[in-house]
Amino acid sequence: MHLRWLEGRLTFLLLAIAAVGLPLLDDSYAGVIATRACIYWILISGLNLVVGYAGQIAIGWVALLTLGAYTTAVLTAGTVTPEISPYIALVASGAIGVVAGVIVGLPALRLRTFYFAMTTLGFATIVTQIALAWKSVTGGGIGTPGPVFPWPFAPGWGFYYFCLILAALCTWMTANIASSRFGRSLIAIRDAEVAAEASGVAKPALLVTVFVFSGALAGVSGGLFSSLQSYITPDAFTFDLSVLFFIAILIGGRGSILGPLLGTILLTVLPEIAAPLVAWSTFLYAALLLLIVLLIPGGIADMLDYRNRRPLQQHREIVPQPALLPSLLDRPAGGALELSNIALAFGGVRAIDGLSLDFHSGEVHGLIGPNGSGKTTTLNVISGYYHPQTGQARLNGATLPFGAPHRRAGFRIARTFQTPRLIGGASVLENVMIGGTIDGRGTFAESLLTLPRHRRDERMLRERALQALTVVGLETLAGVRADRLQHSELRFMEIARALTLRPAFLMLDEPAAGLSAEEIRRLGALIKAISRAGTGVLLVEHHADLIFDICDRVTVLNLGKILAAGTPAEIRSHREVVSAYLGA
Amino acid sequence: MLESIVSYGLAVGAIYAMIGITYNVMFTASRAFSFTAGMLGMLGGVLGALFIDRLGLPAIVGLLLVLACGAVMGVITEIVAVRPVLKSIEQHLYVLSTLAFALLIAQFTAIEWGTDAAPFPRLIPIGEGLLDQKFWIPMLACAVTVVGLELLYRKTLIGRAFLAIAEDAYAARALGLPEVRLRLASFALAGMIGSLAGFAGGEMLLAFFGNQSILNFYGFVPVALGGMGNNRGALVAGLLLGLFQQAANFLVGGIFASVAVFVVFIIVLLLRPEGFAGASGARRV
Repeated sequence: MHLRWLEGRLTFLLLAIAAVGLPLLDDSYAGVIATRACIYWILISGLNLVVGYAGQIAIGWVALLTLGAYTTAVLTAGTVTPEISPYIALVASGAIGVVAGVIVGLPALRLRTFYFAMTTLGFATIVTQIALAWKSVTGGGIGTPGPVFPWPFAPGWGFYYFCLILAALCTWMTANIASSRFGRSLIAIRDAEVAAEASGVAKPALLVTVFVFSGALAGVSGGLFSSLQSYITPDAFTFDLSVLFFIAILIGGRGSILGPLLGTILLTVLPEIAAPLVAWSTFLYAALLLLIVLLIPGGIADMLDYRNRRPLQQHREIVPQPALLPSLLDRPAGGALELSNIALAFGGVRAIDGLSLDFHSGEVHGLIGPNGSGKTTTLNVISGYYHPQTGQARLNGATLPFGAPHRRAGFRIARTFQTPRLIGGASVLENVMIGGTIDGRGTFAESLLTLPRHRRDERMLRERALQALTVVGLETLAGVRADRLQHSELRFMEIARALTLRPAFLMLDEPAAGLSAEEIRRLGALIKAISRAGTGVLLVEHHADLIFDICDRVTVLNLGKILAAGTPAEIRSHREVVSAYLGA
Repeated sequence: MLESIVSYGLAVGAIYAMIGITYNVMFTASRAFSFTAGMLGMLGGVLGALFIDRLGLPAIVGLLLVLACGAVMGVITEIVAVRPVLKSIEQHLYVLSTLAFALLIAQFTAIEWGTDAAPFPRLIPIGEGLLDQKFWIPMLACAVTVVGLELLYRKTLIGRAFLAIAEDAYAARALGLPEVRLRLASFALAGMIGSLAGFAGGEMLLAFFGNQSILNFYGFVPVALGGMGNNRGALVAGLLLGLFQQAANFLVGGIFASVAVFVVFIIVLLLRPEGFAGASGARRV
């Protein structure tokens, strides 16, 4: 862990030393290129959160650069407004960037990937056309002069240091976000949106915050860009730039800060070396994009991540330690979750038909029945994915509203899924930390600046997740990337994630599917212990032995209705159940 | 003025609808949207001008060559930019791979053909004024495409196989349908439709590499509004888009017309993300 810390920081440190020492070369052309790299990075670092972390394909981000550039240039030129200091104009550019970021970003909350990509493209086209047409302000095709920053950041090395300081600040801030619960939530939205929701991540609020932040950075970057260009026309903001920003992130690797930073430097410097090919630059960018997508979707970050290429130990055993549960959970007794008269039909199919069910803290309630009998549908109603046509749900006597799956975590209702929902690119520990997201107290801004509350949150979440991992027996795999785990380990990881919420009610959807006999036995003991620590468990399973071993009560569903309910002993001897489901 | 809005509007609308159908044909075959739709339209115009004007071939030979090139381009798209990323379609890498491929071709065109818009040859000297060939040819091409596709999908065996693949690729493969070859054929068909759109609209849009991005956007609007994979929806929405855009063009001027189209597009999508005719989302959990 410490070695990795050093390696990560070391690269940033070396880059910083090289950047600070650059003026020693006394090469003003190198200075211009380095300034440009810094300006691009200010925009890309923000876009990286949108594209690399949240996985939103925002292609037309050049529009924000354009808006920022014209805002600073026009405000400082004094032709339309009274003349304003470039430093203040730069702040205004940031504000315009915020507004534009939200406008471009909002469709992402409702639209599918390709639709969103298309709206950002459309926005970019519109902005350029307006810049061309609005001659009285932008100068149309002739353009407008860019601002000159006065002392202490006057053109030349002064301006370079200004951009470098801002770029370093952006690196620091986005790295802080990346390693916070917000960064983890973004990756969760990208890789496993349903699991993110079930853990209480509110996608709309989080995405809007990120769009605000990266919009501001793009606006500021535009303001600086206009000064570097010294004269701006709509031609300066071609679609190539959008592609360049995008490739820098992909080349670097999604979910990394260092990777895209190296990608940005590479893509800014490369055209200077390959100057004779300038006419082919867009062609080459496009070819590069195609090659990256097809050949190295993981980017530089994946190649640098040698730790996750080391082979894992073969024949790993999962040894849960249920004895540690009370210190993690320790729920008060006496809670109840009741469903009454729930009916839900999909078209003509009655998936649940007048179901009434109650389960209590401290007990394991088994839900069994043939395929299509409505078990998972019942779980989905409780966790808010389905809105039944009739019926009511009550939690400890108070009405539990239907819908809004991301609010279930707030009621301390956790669940696992039939197919494990893993966040493949994140470590096992990070996957589990997601479970406790809603217990973080710090705001996005506090995480940006690593203020004390952020650090407290992180410590608390890490401790709790490690505890949960120890309980399920995966603590030795905490640092491993989740997509390297075996199927049975993923099942236990999901339980650990649910436990990190300290749930009052835990719903397990076929947790034993695909497990070996020995693993099922250990799972049974773990589930039993979870219920004894005060959490109510609703267990959907097909393994009859497991159900009868650990359940306190069992409900049998058939065609959306209750066929039988009672203790395991009663169910085992129930004539209809035996003939319909268990077999003689 | 009303007459010219109608002529211009229906003609451009027909082109947009055909590009929309190009998107749809590729989408139904692969569940992936491809940014190459606009590129195909652009190529139809450029190649048409190349074959007929520069090389002096007869119009009908030019048309056939353009369609052949479009089909080849469709097949290459499938092999290079779609097939490799279909395995992990939930990662939406096709957005990037098809965008990269479309950009690649557009830039190559810009370098080899030039970045200025070149005139497109007159094909059939029939009609004048508002009944000029540049208006009726796109409408005719669009009608032929729509009727042809309906007949193909409803009446022929191969058309039904296309639909089977679109409905459930796994089940279709289990029935013994050659999924990969059918997908290739769909992309070839899409290539022909897209390049036909550019060819038929050549006189209005000119032979210009920049048409790629314009057609990509305006061709996608009918898909978004008419519902994914819904060709009739794309036809209606495309024609309405053309009329709306031309009306705005005449009333408030070009720049604000595109702003208006964009704003309407966003608002409609935010209110009805599935479009007017689309069905709502699939099961997630």
